[in-house]
Amino acid sequence: MAAHRCSNCAALLILCSLSVFIVVDSQETTLNGGHHATTVHNPQTTTGTAEQTAEPAVEERRWEATAVEEATPDDDDDAAASDKQDTSAPETVDPSSVPQPKDDFQEELVIRPLHSGDIYASFQFRTVWETDFMRGNKVSHYRLFPKSLGQVISKFSVRELHISFTQGYWRTMQWGQPFQPSPPGAELWVWFQDSVTDVDGTWKELTNVLSGIFCASLNFIDSTNTVQPSASFKPLGIGNETDHRFLRYATLPREIVCTENLTPWKKLLPCGSKAGLAVLLKSEKLFHSSFHSQAVHIRPVCQDWQCKTTSWELRQTLNVVFDLHNSAQGKREWSLFKMFSRTLTEACPLASSSKIYIDITDNPQGEQFEVSPATPLLSQAVVLGDRRTFSVYDLTQQITFGTVRSLNLLIRWKSSEGDMLRPLLHAERYVAGYGLQTGEIHTLMYNNHPYRSFPVLLLDSVPWYLRLYIHTLTVTSKGKDNKPSYIHYQPSKDRLRPHLLEMLVQLPPNSVTEVTVQFERALLKWTEYTPDPNHGFYVGSSVISSLVPSIVAMDTNSTRERPLFSSFFPCKEESSYFVRVYTEPLLVNLPTPDFSMPYNVICLTCTVVAVGYGSLYNLLTRSFQIEEPSPGLAKRIANIIRKMRGVPPL
Amino acid sequence: IFFFYSIHLLHTADNAGQFFSSGHTNNWAVLVCTSRFWFNYRHVANTLSVYRSVKRLGIPDSHIVLMLADDMACNHRNPKPATVFSHKNMELNVYGDDVEVDYRGYEVTVENFLRVLTGRLPPSTPRSKRLLSDDRSNILIYLTGHGGNGFLKFQDSEEISNVELADAFEQMWQKRRYNELLFIIDTCQGASMYERFYSPNLMALASSQVGEDSLSHQPDLAIGVHLMDRYTFYLLEFLEDIHPASKTNMNDLFKVCPKSQCVSTPGHRTDLFLRDPGSVLITDFFGSVRKVEITMETINLTDPIKQVEQRKYSYVDQLPVSEIIHQKPKQKDWHPPDGFILGLWTLILLVFFKLYGMKHLKHIF
Repeated sequence: MAAHRCSNCAALLILCSLSVFIVVDSQETTLNGGHHATTVHNPQTTTGTAEQTAEPAVEERRWEATAVEEATPDDDDDAAASDKQDTSAPETVDPSSVPQPKDDFQEELVIRPLHSGDIYASFQFRTVWETDFMRGNKVSHYRLFPKSLGQVISKFSVRELHISFTQGYWRTMQWGQPFQPSPPGAELWVWFQDSVTDVDGTWKELTNVLSGIFCASLNFIDSTNTVQPSASFKPLGIGNETDHRFLRYATLPREIVCTENLTPWKKLLPCGSKAGLAVLLKSEKLFHSSFHSQAVHIRPVCQDWQCKTTSWELRQTLNVVFDLHNSAQGKREWSLFKMFSRTLTEACPLASSSKIYIDITDNPQGEQFEVSPATPLLSQAVVLGDRRTFSVYDLTQQITFGTVRSLNLLIRWKSSEGDMLRPLLHAERYVAGYGLQTGEIHTLMYNNHPYRSFPVLLLDSVPWYLRLYIHTLTVTSKGKDNKPSYIHYQPSKDRLRPHLLEMLVQLPPNSVTEVTVQFERALLKWTEYTPDPNHGFYVGSSVISSLVPSIVAMDTNSTRERPLFSSFFPCKEESSYFVRVYTEPLLVNLPTPDFSMPYNVICLTCTVVAVGYGSLYNLLTRSFQIEEPSPGLAKRIANIIRKMRGVPPL
Repeated sequence: IFFFYSIHLLHTADNAGQFFSSGHTNNWAVLVCTSRFWFNYRHVANTLSVYRSVKRLGIPDSHIVLMLADDMACNHRNPKPATVFSHKNMELNVYGDDVEVDYRGYEVTVENFLRVLTGRLPPSTPRSKRLLSDDRSNILIYLTGHGGNGFLKFQDSEEISNVELADAFEQMWQKRRYNELLFIIDTCQGASMYERFYSPNLMALASSQVGEDSLSHQPDLAIGVHLMDRYTFYLLEFLEDIHPASKTNMNDLFKVCPKSQCVSTPGHRTDLFLRDPGSVLITDFFGSVRKVEITMETINLTDPIKQVEQRKYSYVDQLPVSEIIHQKPKQKDWHPPDGFILGLWTLILLVFFKLYGMKHLKHIF
């Protein structure tokens, strides 16, 4: 009987699901107009670019579940944004009945061919959400913004969070300036809200939580490598007060970046790695490169030009430089398939804009390289002090994919002439000296501008086991002493705090400024050595922040619709742009004890004792006895018989 | 109709009861590789191949604690970055595209391993680094590295002994942190590690007996190191044939890698295990049981009410040079005023010369 009832239920279920399928199917075929619209646009930010559609187009997807319910058009935009890749079924809905959408997702990829033959690709994924994590509002309904990061922001009262994982070192002289600079290893800097009472305790908990989210050993960040800069690292988002008590900065130069860090990073994206530009992020190709950096930046931004309300912005950036000889086998011919072993088939359905920019500034008439498939869209942007021209591929338009329904950009070189524009600011750092007791750190800063000088802020954080002697600090430019206009030095405390040195130095035009400081190496306790101490110990990169004079006027209007790569650093004046340069990390050898010593000593001592004392003991106590040689077998048997008989033996 | 309906309910309740009365309700895995340095590539490959099998058979990343003492995939000596291969034909990349390592590098220490097992972690440890098992969890523990008679070496700097391990399992038993536990170890003289176990419901496998070495499988000339150990290589081959619904039992697992293939003699210990090994499925430990509850309720999600505040915000200046130069000095630690120390020394000197006479004073001034 029970089985009969079950079969009844099953039949009913099958009927219901069939009917739902039929209804949805018919809807798709009628509304499929070859126009794969994107999700709802925020009508407030209309500034008339060609890509935005006039009316908000809504994407709708019904759950094909056993519970059949009516999906009314009213509660649609926050409902059921699944990550299936079926074509969206756009419907025109009356704007007045739709609540304004509060979150927005954009993705872009910038490809810049470099003069050395390598190619630089920079991905940016930006989610903007108009919500308030603070002030006791418990946010529980997450859509495009990842929940794990939202909970981190609200629980630890974070105002800004910047974390980056980098493998490799950015070579400024060969590759120019990156869009988002990052030092080798892991770097984390956080601005807390002014409601936080115990910043150090909150910082420690935050690093532990982030180490779980990103599968990295960020829990090694503690007071021995955290500093509180007093002038660098001003907030990149909006804010009124900048009390540096709420800022913490730490680097882990030893941190390795591999697929296990990329996996959770990809999971933060709304489309994951299943649709859109994130499809290209395959670890086997990304890590076989000269430089790989992935970062997460969270900050509050202005919602519109009036800036009366704030929204939270999450930017996930991934910069990678592919080497000519590793990835392209020496031929100067790059394509998406060669770089990423994938091609693009569609944009992320949840993205309001999905674009690829190729930098063709050095190629105005197409004589240096050729880009195919050709695109009519061109865009100009002022980025890093220079006006650059880009070919744009809009992935939300179906014609970009052509008849093969996949996009594989091809960049083929014809000639290799032309010089690269020399970057205006550039820095190097190295350790001088010999032996394991003392040494000297030299930092060189190059100002390549022919006639302008500009100030730079140098931040150095040196671990406590390199004892700096600040009285030997010298700053020289062109052979003469250059007195910094601001010095902030915080000495280290053994096993508690690192050195912090911040200086504001004016770099004269066309010169090299050298900062030297001598140090002495400390002897660590034997439990403080890592399992591989002979590798050496790392000193984190120096950070050089500067306002570099720009060739063209920078755009100070922060809310005009701009490509993502040009809106990363806020711009307050037109004549200069903000740049941050990281030097190399240093690898120093500390005097390392011989850890095999106890074992060797024990072996040697025991051998000496055994051989020496043993021989002596034998010599003194051994006594000698005369012994008859043992008789042959026959004689022995005869002796036994004689013993039995009671006769004396032979 | 009510009668039929009640019988139907009873039937489903019976099913539910049966569902929960099988031994365990969730599965966990703790996979540890304890060796550092490039030439120990094979230990990382061992651990990753067990990780891969366990994930494939259904245990999710949130229930796996993976500890790798060194990074081989993105090591600069690896000619194929982001890959770890199990065989020199390079077919199977055991590192994969979807790996989540919970403890890596210097974090893999004896202390952290024992804390994970016993659950005594600092309060700020994230969930992915914790073993949140309960008394109905089946746990798989896999260790690999360099070992000896009675110990296992962690990162060439410390060791864990078999007594410590047995005590850790006893702590887990007393805190009811496992229902059944399968312990696999692939090191030299691995059988010595399970000799001292004394808690119930433990089953152990080792790749070699006391006095024997576990050998590695074969080197790859391009990568330059041995890629995998023999026992785990044949274990991986065996596990590749298992699928989530398979009914293979533990007796087949004991037969993996006989002496002809492994050169060492694998051993196992089942005397502490309450059930008969023939009735224990491989998927009891390597696969996963997941509870799914289907609900027909609807939940209303409401948007939070936003307060509109009329404040004007602006971006902060990134390098305000004049502000930096004229910055107020930060609160320093309290030092006594400058003249104080000088005055103190003068006082001491005066007292000294008062006591011993003024004639010494003229030598100073």
